[in-house]
Amino acid sequence: MDLHFGDSKPTDEERAAVDALLGPPESSWEGADRDEMRAADLRWARGGREARDRRDLLLPGLHAINDRIGWISEGALDYLCRRLTVPPAEAYGVATFYAMFSVRPRPATVLHVCTDLACAAAGASELCAAVEQRTGPGIRVERSPCLGLCERAPAALAIRAGDPVRTAVSAPATAEAAVLAASAPDSAPEEPPAALAVPQAGSPELTLLRRVGVVDPESLDDYRAHGGYAALRRAFVLGPAAVIREVTDSGLVGRGGAAFPTGRKWQATAAQPDRPHYLVCNADESEPGTFKDRVIMEGDPYALIEAMTVAGYATGAHRGYLYLRGEYPRALRLLENAIGQARARGLLGDDVLGQGYAFDIEIRRGAGAYICGEETALFNSIEGYRGEPRSKPPFPVEKGLFGRPTAENNVETLVNVLPILTMGAQAYAAIGTGGSTGPKLFCVSGSVERPGIYELPFGATLGELLELAGVRDGLRAVLLGGAAGGFVRPDELGIPLTFEGTREAGTTLGSGVVMAFDDTVALPRLLLRIAEFFRDESCGQCVPCRVGTVRQEEALHRIVERTGAAAADDIALLREVGRAMRDASICGLGQTAWNAVESAIDRLGAYE
Amino acid sequence: MTMTPLGIPRRLLECTVDGEPVRAPEGATVLDACRSAGKDIPTLCQGDTLRPKNACRVCMVEVEGARTLVPACSREVEPGMEVRTDTERARHSRRLVLELLASSVDLSTTPRAAEWIEDYGAEPDRFGPDAARLGEEPRIDNELYVRDYDKCILCYKCVDACGDQWQNSFAISVVGRGFDARIAVEHDGPLTDSACVYCGNCIEVCPTGALSFKSEFDMRAAGTWDESQQTETTTVCAYCGVGCNLTLHVQDNEIVKVTSPHDNPVTHGNLCIKGRFGYQHVQNRD
Ligand SMILES: Cc1cc2nc3c(=O)[nH]c(=O)nc-3n(C[C@H](O)[C@H](O)[C@H](O)COP(=O)(O)O)c2cc1C
Ligand code: SF4
Ligand code: SF4
Ligand code: SF4
Ligand code: FES
Ligand code: FES
Repeated sequence: MDLHFGDSKPTDEERAAVDALLGPPESSWEGADRDEMRAADLRWARGGREARDRRDLLLPGLHAINDRIGWISEGALDYLCRRLTVPPAEAYGVATFYAMFSVRPRPATVLHVCTDLACAAAGASELCAAVEQRTGPGIRVERSPCLGLCERAPAALAIRAGDPVRTAVSAPATAEAAVLAASAPDSAPEEPPAALAVPQAGSPELTLLRRVGVVDPESLDDYRAHGGYAALRRAFVLGPAAVIREVTDSGLVGRGGAAFPTGRKWQATAAQPDRPHYLVCNADESEPGTFKDRVIMEGDPYALIEAMTVAGYATGAHRGYLYLRGEYPRALRLLENAIGQARARGLLGDDVLGQGYAFDIEIRRGAGAYICGEETALFNSIEGYRGEPRSKPPFPVEKGLFGRPTAENNVETLVNVLPILTMGAQAYAAIGTGGSTGPKLFCVSGSVERPGIYELPFGATLGELLELAGVRDGLRAVLLGGAAGGFVRPDELGIPLTFEGTREAGTTLGSGVVMAFDDTVALPRLLLRIAEFFRDESCGQCVPCRVGTVRQEEALHRIVERTGAAAADDIALLREVGRAMRDASICGLGQTAWNAVESAIDRLGAYE
Repeated sequence: MTMTPLGIPRRLLECTVDGEPVRAPEGATVLDACRSAGKDIPTLCQGDTLRPKNACRVCMVEVEGARTLVPACSREVEPGMEVRTDTERARHSRRLVLELLASSVDLSTTPRAAEWIEDYGAEPDRFGPDAARLGEEPRIDNELYVRDYDKCILCYKCVDACGDQWQNSFAISVVGRGFDARIAVEHDGPLTDSACVYCGNCIEVCPTGALSFKSEFDMRAAGTWDESQQTETTTVCAYCGVGCNLTLHVQDNEIVKVTSPHDNPVTHGNLCIKGRFGYQHVQNRD
């Protein structure tokens, strides 16, 4: 590989941003000043294989530049490529994949205003208009997909480039507050604590959320005082095989949306002879309407660190990657702190708890791409490639991150492992129903009095959950399972919230989203927003999804104001395209992109 | 004649294609099995010299027990697999994919596209006159080849050929996301500022004519390109000692482009700038 770099030079600041991540360059081969070229540089090519092994630092490198400058110039990108021996064309392909990066100059401050479902229902478009009127050229306002703050809709996130980068959240946002957050992020009011997103906080019935609002998320001692690290101790007593047996016996299935049995995934990973094994925690959480993982990470970050350690131990991994969506600055800060503390106290590192087991965790930030929540796209993203899903087989348990056996789990799934170990598989399995065991988190938002995260044993009905959350009068529809899920009618509130119950009712639990919409919400607009979301978030790799999402959005645009016979042709077209997308797309995004709209047509009679 | 290297013998697996028993060597794809059973399955992104990318989704078939359709070009045959190539479900997907493609890009120079569109009853026009298209102008920034991305179906073949699968120049990649994704060089500049070494291997694999010789592009624009008048002669490149095979495409006694046989065990269809583009001296008659 003979890489070609252009003439564009980085500015001193861009160089400093990259060097702060990678350290100073060692030779002119990787970008040191030509004048200081040492004699040895003339004879030895450095970089090469060694540098290529650092390809996975491409995404952190792009973040470093974007955080410091606000956008990624040609010179900065070329310099980063030189440091990592990455072809500039590929790096450009990666940089342009993510919504949070820009390869064109833009102001240092970007204000992301959520225009997704819950925020749209709470007046996001008026907010956007008002914000745009009040901001000058120094602030770029960007319409954003769900920011994972739906319980406080409408939401806005300000990011100001610099050293360090500054962020501020405004939610529920008014135009004044959002503009203040963008113009003075340092003096914007503190976000409310995570516990405010948990209406049941402090209730003795909670298992997963029991510590949220009770424990100090910054303090390892406080975590330990509240039962922290009991599960890991028990894991070390049991040994890896018995931990997997417990998890299998508990009946735990994944909470990330695909509902795969966790014990089986761990067993399959642990059994692979190929080494090393990796553990990946999927904290990308970009499904519109989902914010449960954020609340866990902000309210009880050590629980996730402990659970990852248990999972790593069981599956034979010595390294865990925590892939966190880029729009969660507070979770990032708290997790970084927790990992640092755990490392300092021997709970991560070469000899965890003095048990001779080595495990460490690295956080990787996403940069605004829903598709990176798909498990194989997430691997590509960490490895420094475009976040495009891989085709399966081979499955991750066999060839996952860096081509090695990998167990990937959702945040909520992992955190469930703690009660499984502390209370035992039998007691855990007794919670919920036969087919869906344990407690489940639901993200309730929209037309309810008390939006937030609710923890209920599997088996409660949709109506019971909505009653807890204080559903408002005039309920028109409930979106179950997020944008990839489906709508149900107000007369279907008896649906049991279990995997089998929702399946029987012809819908899905997905990642646990319950979004209520009353009759003030214009259904066709809502469906259009869902279509727009998938069109925006398609990675573009396969034709049914890349073009199909566009054709569907066009058809929905045409029928926004139409019903009955006038909409029939376009509805037939939507169905035909939708069927091919479901059947022929590479990944779950294309396969489910049409679900919500189809359910609105079939179950709600939208356009009738 | 070209030589086919002999590999170690492989175990034969039994499967069925449209109910007929078929034996395929271990590691063969479903497409191989289907073709050996005489089935004509459309393919676009599949390349005989490249690892399957399975991005275009025109080769989808039904496999008993699979939740979705399966890309024939990349899925490996398993013993006992029951494959159906011509069901309503598979035909529906192929028809829709062809419609989606033809409604968004120009398939006029894609071999067999018109035939498949006819076979599957695809009607690309039914998405209406306002259906979004690429609608890009051809990029002509060098004397050797033209990039007409209005014809690009994003099959990734050129990226793979330029990247780690053959050329290792990594001059081009996919940039952007979703419908806005495009093939481009770094910073989306002209080819002449990029890492391109003009081997033309990307042109060799491009299934749509989105990448073409400047000579072909100009002749098409002038209306003088006529494949029925062309002869193809395979010979050996005279530039260096490697001995790559060149296929000269000649029209009216002029070389109009140069390809290379894909089944040649040395080049697999790949050439360097000299073999691919350095033919003017042959026809310099002064
Ligand atoms: C388009 C798409 C987006 C996804 N996003 C997420 C996500 O944000 N978080 C998550 O945990 N799983 C997400 N998933 C599911 C993951 O691919 C995977 O199934 C999950 O992380 C496995 O963990 P689990 O077994 O613990 O559920 C997504 C899947 C698809 C197809
Ligand atoms: S279905 Fe969509 S998101 Fe998934 S691989 Fe295909 S284009 Fe990408
Ligand atoms: S001509 Fe060769 S080097 Fe240039 S883009 Fe095509 S494959 Fe890459
Ligand atoms: S230019 Fe040709 S080879 Fe490259 S992606 Fe487009 S259609 Fe495929
Ligand atoms: S934060 Fe706006 S919809 Fe979730
Ligand atoms: S030829 Fe199989 S997916 Fe393109």
